[in-house]
Amino acid sequence: MTQPGTEAHPLRVAIVGAGPTGFYAADQLLKQGGLVAEVDMFDRLPTPYGLVRAGVAPDHQKIKAVTAAFEKVAAHPRFRFFGGVELGTHVTVADLRRHYHQLFYCTGAQTDRRMGIPGEDLAGSHPATEFVAWYNGHPDYRDLSFDLSQERAAVVGVGNVAVDVARILCRTHDELAATDIADHALEALRKSRIREVYLLGRRGPAQAAFTNPEIKELGEMAGADIAVRPEEVALDDLSRAALERDPDRATTKKVEILQAYALRRPSGKTRMLTVRFLVSPVELIGNNAGEVVSMRLVRNTLQATATGTLQPKPTDQFEELPVGLVFRSVGYRGVPLPGVPFNESWAVILNEKGRVLDPGTKQPLVGEYTGGWIKRGPTGVIGTNKPDAAETVACMVEDLAQGLTLHPAAPSAEAAERLIRERQPRFFSFQGWLRLNELEVGRGRAVGRPRVKFTRVEEMLQALGR
Amino acid sequence: MSIAHLLAGKGRGVITIQPEDSIRQALGLLAQHNIGALIVVDSRQQPVGILSERDIVREAARNEGVFTQPVSALMTRDVVIGGPQDDLHSVAHTMIERRIRHLPVMDRGTLVGIVSIGDVVKAQRDQYHGEVETMQTQLLANKT
Repeated sequence: MTQPGTEAHPLRVAIVGAGPTGFYAADQLLKQGGLVAEVDMFDRLPTPYGLVRAGVAPDHQKIKAVTAAFEKVAAHPRFRFFGGVELGTHVTVADLRRHYHQLFYCTGAQTDRRMGIPGEDLAGSHPATEFVAWYNGHPDYRDLSFDLSQERAAVVGVGNVAVDVARILCRTHDELAATDIADHALEALRKSRIREVYLLGRRGPAQAAFTNPEIKELGEMAGADIAVRPEEVALDDLSRAALERDPDRATTKKVEILQAYALRRPSGKTRMLTVRFLVSPVELIGNNAGEVVSMRLVRNTLQATATGTLQPKPTDQFEELPVGLVFRSVGYRGVPLPGVPFNESWAVILNEKGRVLDPGTKQPLVGEYTGGWIKRGPTGVIGTNKPDAAETVACMVEDLAQGLTLHPAAPSAEAAERLIRERQPRFFSFQGWLRLNELEVGRGRAVGRPRVKFTRVEEMLQALGR
Repeated sequence: MSIAHLLAGKGRGVITIQPEDSIRQALGLLAQHNIGALIVVDSRQQPVGILSERDIVREAARNEGVFTQPVSALMTRDVVIGGPQDDLHSVAHTMIERRIRHLPVMDRGTLVGIVSIGDVVKAQRDQYHGEVETMQTQLLANKT
């Protein structure tokens, strides 16, 4: 049998998921010396780029600049994109095995972690990720609604998603109108009556996950003042000792920025963002209509684990925070893919360095790989997925050299396309996306915005004259 | 970043041995799984020690009979145990300062994994690479 990877017999790879990891992996495969690979990339959405389009905040356009590099990857003659094609709905793992030598799953972490407290499902309590997908125009979430007639909102968590949500809630209409936030969200937020936003961290300022540029940005908003309690950003003994043992400039700077915020007086802006530390929600309290009206918080202290990590420990002091809107942002969680082994403990695909493992034998499943958040869990910045993808691609190349690939019955680009046309005639090609992109940017130019997004699949089909 | 993310990509789980097993058995496991240490567990699967290749080498240098010795004779009993939510940063600091090469990880009383100093160094390297990559992309975007 001929080993794939040559001009006559290219190595055919299916990448499931069109986020950053998928593009980094495609690039590494297509540029691999001495290897001829053909990459077909699938995504359940018509549009590529995953969280760069649907997750990164609209007022962070610079971060989205990474798509220019992905566009170059997509321009490779042996790269194809099949948008609007979902694994499990339109094609199965068995289908892919008929047309590809290697399968690469990089579907990210699509749901949020729950807080696990009473009242979590009251009306007005939402996963922050749904709000993010809504304001970014993700077609599956664009029809959600959030009660922005409330005056007080809490965001649970201090990671970058939590900070994004708090910032978007605090932005003025003019600030938002300069971004590519989805039209429906721009309109809803224009009528927002939110006055107070609380960002709640369970640990102290030295342990907060947000970066210094993010926390600085919160202090520079046009329509919102920032408030911090001096006693919550004073370094406790354990945090100070940890910083002295293992000095870290960024952490020291972070604490300094927050301590400076504690000295600020409100300047009379319409909104107030309050960043709290060392508090955890223990219950959401509702009214008779089942709507959240307040949150019970427990104050925490810090205690060191055996490895020196400072973890929150609840005290017996509680307080009540009146809020009518709650966004939980305590982490993303991966969801299993139909036909692919899953590791429930870590909510990732069961894998070793990106090789998918058989759940019974714990040995690699020939020809199946994974990368990104569904491989390691939700952590890191966009660029972290590059070394992550490289680790998996190295395994793919190594296995290929050993002859360990799938043996597809019909390993041709034409046969694969025939199958997709039959299962999902309304798929979107990369050419289709480039046209949509041009139209979105054009609609934006007319009104002084980076782009005006299409947020319905029907709209996208119409725009392409289909 | 918590060390749970290091364990997520080590799907094969933890290789353990019992205190009364022999060093020969231990060497077999180390070689078979291509690893540097075994977690020694009692009959209830609770860690009672750790046995590293170095523990065996040290004994072998002075004792020809090393193979038939029980694991309990050579294992290290004073073991630092981590939790999945421990920060990569503090775990790295503790492992370097205390010269620990392998850290068993337990979650609510159950052994869930082992993190080696190599895993920690790699995770830190990837984290820095990722941040540099992202910053470069943004700097380049500013120029255009």
